[in-house]
Amino acid sequence: MNPFVYARPDALPEAVRLGATGRAAFLAGGTNLVDLMKENVARPAEVVDINRLALRDIVEIDGGGLRIGALVTNADTAYDERVRRRYPLLCSAILAGASPQLRNAATNGGNLNQRTRCYYFYDVQTPCNKREPGQGCGAIGGANRIHAILGASPQCIATHPSDMCVALAALEAVVRVTGPQGERTIPFEDYHRLPGNEPWKDNTLAPGELVTAIDLPPEGFAAHHTYLKLRDRLSYAFALVSVAVGMRVEEGRVADLRIALGGVAHKPWRRPQAEAAMRGQAPSRELFEAAAQGLLEGAMGQGDNDFKIPLARRAIVRALSQAAAGTPQSQTDKRIA
Amino acid sequence: MTHHTSPKAGTAHASAAPMASMGASLTINGTPHQLLIEPWTTLLDLLREQLGLTGTKKGCDHGQCGACTVLLDGRRINSCLKLAVSLDGSEVTTVEGLGQAGRLHPLQAAFIEHDAFQCGYCTPGQICSAAGLIAEGHARSREEVREQMSGNLCRCGAYTNIADAVLEVLEKGDAR
Ligand SMILES: Cc1cc2nc3c(=O)[nH]c(=O)nc-3n(C[C@H](O)[C@H](O)[C@H](O)COP(=O)(O)OP(=O)(O)OC[C@H]3O[C@@H](n4cnc5c(N)ncnc54)[C@H](O)[C@@H]3O)c2cc1C
Ligand code: SF4
Ligand code: FES
Ligand code: FES
Repeated sequence: MNPFVYARPDALPEAVRLGATGRAAFLAGGTNLVDLMKENVARPAEVVDINRLALRDIVEIDGGGLRIGALVTNADTAYDERVRRRYPLLCSAILAGASPQLRNAATNGGNLNQRTRCYYFYDVQTPCNKREPGQGCGAIGGANRIHAILGASPQCIATHPSDMCVALAALEAVVRVTGPQGERTIPFEDYHRLPGNEPWKDNTLAPGELVTAIDLPPEGFAAHHTYLKLRDRLSYAFALVSVAVGMRVEEGRVADLRIALGGVAHKPWRRPQAEAAMRGQAPSRELFEAAAQGLLEGAMGQGDNDFKIPLARRAIVRALSQAAAGTPQSQTDKRIA
Repeated sequence: MTHHTSPKAGTAHASAAPMASMGASLTINGTPHQLLIEPWTTLLDLLREQLGLTGTKKGCDHGQCGACTVLLDGRRINSCLKLAVSLDGSEVTTVEGLGQAGRLHPLQAAFIEHDAFQCGYCTPGQICSAAGLIAEGHARSREEVREQMSGNLCRCGAYTNIADAVLEVLEKGDAR
């Protein structure tokens, strides 16, 4: 690990000031940053430990909804009674990820800002445009079993590894940030980005900007939801493909619907047109298959990951049936319902 | 946050020179320690290298195996991914703090009873993890124990007996 200057500010303005140098990294739970520092992938000159900031609360928002502090751990979020009851989709996605001890350390702000698990990104001996702009991409034409099938660019085919963010995308959460220019909010859809010509930018945070909280809108799809995660082993592994569904069913018809995919793109993947086409219709296998078709239109494999396209298609259909039936995937009993 | 991964962004030109060591006070297994810690030291390396508490094992050093599991303020975490300086004021319990020869923790006794290890390398992490699991209270059934212990790999494959041992202590409810 590179030597660095360590600072532990007590208040947000000081953290933002220290974080704005361009060479600083915020330290939350450390489960991703410390790992990347050990591999020399992250080499911050200053580590700004934000754990003393007062961002550890979960509070009600006027008019419904819940505000979840950036420093609340993933475990405390998933096991919060209000989250469990009103946002079981979020609870399920968090519990599908990592391990109990990682979730005890990992924070919500850190989860949003965790970096890709692309093997080449992690290995400084190999070329990677995300790590070193202009070097090329080792994964294109290389080992790319875990890589993107949607929204990739000729510069980068990495995926965003988070489970939690897939649920947050489906819930249309809002990210609250504070930076040198003050406070602003970012709709979840605009928080993460596609790689395009700037694959080193995972998201739309500006230098020095800090995530302070995540706002969950009132609609939690508690009655009809699921988080279906498919991976190489049943626990403690990143998603190859995951599907978050939130559905509102009224009089036997789909009144509202959100579908977000994980493991397939540089950000949680949504196609609002595919969701709109299902509204007002009675749930059926044909309808689910059409939705899968819509979500995956333009999907392209890279070789090793070609299997993800049919896998995603089947996972979407299965997840939609789970949500419609009100029988969400269990994160303990991993048999697929 | 911008990426801060370019080699030019190393430490050589930091506005302040990286400090050699910083003071931190940690209570480890009930004993308060005033420590001088280099900021890039992980809790795992602090325990093993600086304090000689070698019960906590280093398996992968990347959060992928659970061998380094300890209790931080009563909750299980991977000590390989925690910077020790960041823990000023915290309490850490390692396997040495759970029990000792002659006064074993119920989990240690159950692991022996159920033959829940072969080489033993993963065992301190398994036991700390199980202590965390019991304190958290989210597991009751065998399935839940398996899932809640999934952050601890065992290369010897002692999983069945580990689950038996943890389940027994969980059901007896006598974990300290
Ligand atoms: C072995 C292993 C398996 C895993 N499996 C999964 C999995 O299956 N699913 C899954 O979703 N995740 C998984 N994870 C990833 C884990 O969820 C993340 O590492 C964790 O959520 C990061 O949170 P943290 O608080 O530890 O972040 P840190 O490591 O402290 O920070 C991560 C990044 O976010 C930045 N950051 C942190 N907080 C803020 C903030 N408030 N504002 C702005 N920037 C911030 C940091 O500067 C850093 O760049 C796994 C991790 C490991 C090590
Ligand atoms: S896919 Fe992206 S992260 Fe992976 S090597 Fe290519 S540029 Fe780097
Ligand atoms: S040594 Fe920490 S998880 Fe493997
Ligand atoms: S007993 Fe050998 S690794 Fe678990």
